[in-house]
Amino acid sequence: MIPLSWYLIFAAALFSIGLFAVLARRNAIVILMGIELMLNAVNINLVAFWRYVNPELIAGQVFAVMVFAVAAAEVAVALAIFISIYRRRRSVSADEIDLMKW
Amino acid sequence: MNLSNASASLNAILPLVVVILWACALLLVDLFITKERKGLTALLAAIGMLASLIITLARLDLEAVVFNGMVTVDGFSNFLTVLFLGSGIVAVALSYDYLKRMGLEKGEYYVLLLFTVSGMMLMAVASDLIVVFLALELLSIPLYVLAGIATPRLDSEESSLKYFLLGSFSTGIVVYGIALVFGATGTTSLAGIVDAITAGSAGMGLLVAGAAMLLIGLGFKVALVPFHMWTPDVYQGAPSSVTAFMAIGAKAAGFAAILRIFIQAFPALSVDLTPVLWVLAALTMILGNVVAIAQRNIKRLLAYSSIANAGYILLALVPYGQSDVAADSVASALFYLLAYAFTSFTAWSVVIALEQVEGKGLELEDYAGLSRRYPILALTMTVAMLSFTGVPPTLGFLGKFYVFRTLLEGGFPGLAVIGVVTSLISAYYYLRVVVYMYMREGEPQAIRDPWLYIAATASAICLVVLGIFSQPLFAWASQAMLH
Amino acid sequence: MIPDIVLFIILALVAVASAVGMLFSKNAIYSALNLILNFSSVAVLYLILGAPFIALAQVTVYAGAIMVLFLFVIMLLGAERLRRSETLPYQQPVSIILAAILAVVAIYALLFRPLGIEAASVANPDFSSPAAMAEMLFNEYLLPFEVTSILLLVAMIGAIVLTRKRQRRVQR
Repeated sequence: MIPLSWYLIFAAALFSIGLFAVLARRNAIVILMGIELMLNAVNINLVAFWRYVNPELIAGQVFAVMVFAVAAAEVAVALAIFISIYRRRRSVSADEIDLMKW
Repeated sequence: MNLSNASASLNAILPLVVVILWACALLLVDLFITKERKGLTALLAAIGMLASLIITLARLDLEAVVFNGMVTVDGFSNFLTVLFLGSGIVAVALSYDYLKRMGLEKGEYYVLLLFTVSGMMLMAVASDLIVVFLALELLSIPLYVLAGIATPRLDSEESSLKYFLLGSFSTGIVVYGIALVFGATGTTSLAGIVDAITAGSAGMGLLVAGAAMLLIGLGFKVALVPFHMWTPDVYQGAPSSVTAFMAIGAKAAGFAAILRIFIQAFPALSVDLTPVLWVLAALTMILGNVVAIAQRNIKRLLAYSSIANAGYILLALVPYGQSDVAADSVASALFYLLAYAFTSFTAWSVVIALEQVEGKGLELEDYAGLSRRYPILALTMTVAMLSFTGVPPTLGFLGKFYVFRTLLEGGFPGLAVIGVVTSLISAYYYLRVVVYMYMREGEPQAIRDPWLYIAATASAICLVVLGIFSQPLFAWASQAMLH
Repeated sequence: MIPDIVLFIILALVAVASAVGMLFSKNAIYSALNLILNFSSVAVLYLILGAPFIALAQVTVYAGAIMVLFLFVIMLLGAERLRRSETLPYQQPVSIILAAILAVVAIYALLFRPLGIEAASVANPDFSSPAAMAEMLFNEYLLPFEVTSILLLVAMIGAIVLTRKRQRRVQR
């Protein structure tokens, strides 16, 4: 069987890449993708822990389902924010959503 | 879970259920309220929270562990529930006229306000990390939307975007931390985590990493330095009535989570975490207060003040690992939160009274001469500034007093000295506002809305009166957290 | 049959490579497509872990619904072209250092420090069946489940409030 730490390292790598996207990119859509990647890494951790630590208790998987729902809710609100900003700004400034004064 | 069990569980969180159902009902009722009469929606929202508040107050000594240990109702949660509902009601009073003036009247505003209050109430009772995570989202998502409700105003949209990106980024960190804690202990319930630690079955490396990530993520929410960079921009851009509620409710909810999780589940990790808390608190107090001096915009000034105050609240948590001090830790943090809430609402209601359309009336110069034309507003603002500074006999002074006392009990005199020194620094920018109001000449403009005046004067009076009779209040805050 | 370990390595490499691709694409559409690849390969990993329900949800909710929404919005806004010099001058090195520190610390801690966790024995396949999940969701996790539904309602209200065009004065 694959050691648990491999899964954890894999998840940590994805989390770090997501973190990097949030910190380094200025395009809000890509930042949001980075956040999604971070949540995805969390789910890998949860499912791996469920499988290796406590498979009798399905809590890890249930938690993962909750994370899915939260991610969906976040994306819905975020894309609404993007659209409302973009509607006004297209004529005002650049051709993308930028954070003006980070 | 059988039926009688479920009804007992629901009964324990009845105030929360009332707020959520009321929000759903209000969403429908609002459809039939015409645009000219949105005041009715505001009134209904306030009534819903008042009903919930009355239920909470009627059974203040209720203690229960329900929903398979996911929810704990105790003195701690009751105190915070009252704080959140009170803040919600005051926020409605601050919003009504403000929204009308700014042309922002939307029924959904109040619905979203109710939902964010329900998220905070859930946070107060959460004793399972899954519930903590969901409560965090339930209180944050409506706030992201509320920050941007002044669309198409650019600063409001930008504030919403920034708050969302930083907020969900921090939630990502929180939930990663929760996942690590789950991996280390095999459970997400706080009681289960304690059991796993005492039984020695927990992976301590993972646990410490998870706790650290929880602290970082929640540190973003309550704006601890160095996780504060979003605060000034978001506070400045969001509509002032939303900012006022954000500065109080979201911060109190964040600290509710930190207090509950760290004191209940992680006392064993205090060897590793106390130095981190020490540094965070010191940085937050120093940076918040020093940068506030340079601010000319009153909303930014209050934003930095809220950062500095987060530092003072965190002081109470520094000695949390010592079992004989932990109770005082909780009590002084709760008391400080209460004092902070009253003080902030007083200050923000004056700010809202002076704000004009398109962000005018928010500079320090706009407060010059306020005492001549609006003596009541000037007086309430003075009380708020004195309370923020920590001048007796205001509530703000007692808040700081209890926090510093806890710190000395825990044996951290150095940090207490930093706290006192930064308080002295803060006097400079708080009292500068008073100087502007009383000593400078100017033609300030303010509105005369009865609800706003009631909110401002009532909370200013509370600041002084409760400051004099603080003993019963502190005793209430000391009601133990159920283990 | 390919042993799990080979499958894991291939999938992990694909996932990491696509995540990096997401990060460095100059076109937001490519970023989104890379992310879909990433989510799909993670879904296969869930299958290896014995969590078919999560794998299915990963494909339908994440790679399906959420990413389609992403693509839709990117196309709608015409925001696919990302500016070349879109980072602040100091931002890139600082982020690289921060992310690298996190990655190195995580890998070090996981490889060289004992986790204190032993791999559990092979699980009963029934543990992760949708029926078992449903039982958990509606019994022990009833409260979180209900809160999730409220959360989705709130998100829906929020999205509508933010994007609704202002009503004309004539109405009402």
